[in-house]
Amino acid sequence: MPQVTLTVNGKTSSVEVEARTLLVELLRDKLGLTGTHVGCDTSQCGACVVHIDGNSVKACTMLALQADGTKVTTIEGIAAADGTLHPMQEMFREHHALQCGFCTPGMVMSAIDLVAKNPQGLSEDEIRHGLEGNLCRCTGYHNIVKAIDASQSLMHAKAAE
Amino acid sequence: MYNFEYQKPGALADAVKALGAADAKALAGGMTLIPVLKQRLNQPSVVVDLAKLGLSGITVTGDSVTIGAMTTHATVAASADIKRAIPALAALAGGIGDIQVRARGTIGGSLANNDPAACYPAAALALGATITTNKRAIKADVYFTGMFTTALAADEVITSVSFPIPAKAAYVKFKQPASRYAMVGVFAAKGPAGVRMAVTGSGQGGVFRFTAAEAALASNWSAAALNGISVSADNMMSDIHGSAVYRAHLVGVIAKRAVTAAG
Repeated sequence: MPQVTLTVNGKTSSVEVEARTLLVELLRDKLGLTGTHVGCDTSQCGACVVHIDGNSVKACTMLALQADGTKVTTIEGIAAADGTLHPMQEMFREHHALQCGFCTPGMVMSAIDLVAKNPQGLSEDEIRHGLEGNLCRCTGYHNIVKAIDASQSLMHAKAAE
Repeated sequence: MYNFEYQKPGALADAVKALGAADAKALAGGMTLIPVLKQRLNQPSVVVDLAKLGLSGITVTGDSVTIGAMTTHATVAASADIKRAIPALAALAGGIGDIQVRARGTIGGSLANNDPAACYPAAALALGATITTNKRAIKADVYFTGMFTTALAADEVITSVSFPIPAKAAYVKFKQPASRYAMVGVFAAKGPAGVRMAVTGSGQGGVFRFTAAEAALASNWSAAALNGISVSADNMMSDIHGSAVYRAHLVGVIAKRAVTAAG
């Protein structure tokens, strides 16, 4: 079987996979990182969003072999080693930006990418449009947008440290 | 998904050779191919990943913008050079799918797939682009041959796409609200090749030129010049999102908006 070597949350792994294995299947089934969810499995809902070399992508629409040689960050990899939450996670908690929580890992990963790539700051409208690739079926968008807005100053201050 | 053999060649010649196998498929960003494979609508023997061929990059000269086939929509959307030379093209790229799709999807993949609701075919046709492959250079006018079909041979790989810089251009898309694909998308351009207007999202044969509108705009570049000019509903797509008559009407409306947006 083909082998894929990639660095997930700072740890390099080499895993045998079928050519048809999706990245999200590799993460969940082979590496046990079940924080990345599979919602629609059709690249629409964004529950499976992870970062590949710093860009948010949908792990259900990428072959594991396409990720060979990349650096992958999942929801499990964003808090500090001592357990301190990432500012985005902290703001999701602070603003109660979840109801059932199924979409939350993908929302947080998309939101981190969105805020990090827009150091000039985002308006509420831009945040809402930036979440086009993530669906929340509890209709919890309002608090998600509030959490992302609140995280902007925290993330940019941290990046400037 | 059915299983397949996966190859990621490091040289264009090797990719072309691999694509010569029966039922081989080229993989660019995978934003269409992977969903298609998941639905078992296609069963390739070999999937040839084009990611290691060095086909990404943007070159802007005084009169053209050339984009490598594997350049992502996000890269085109964020390119300061393209925003300066053909802002409508950068805006089009920034309106495809969502952020995550734009991080993976490529211009070459979009043009090779020629989805009837894709955005890039409208830009290529309206701007009179040239699609360069490992074999030849193909003018957009003869490249798009119908829904999901192009002039490409099975073992032909797009390497880059070159767009002449227009004097004015704009792309306006009426999005299907759930999928965000174009129900109707109109790219209007006034450039070295004259006035050209291409319509995506609505034609049964894929992207097409709105020639009646082009003729009216050639003498009077204004939305008002399009009053009373329409496309026939005969060749329009009809589905649960909109009837052929609805789409034909929408083409006229969006065409006017595109001309206004181009200024």
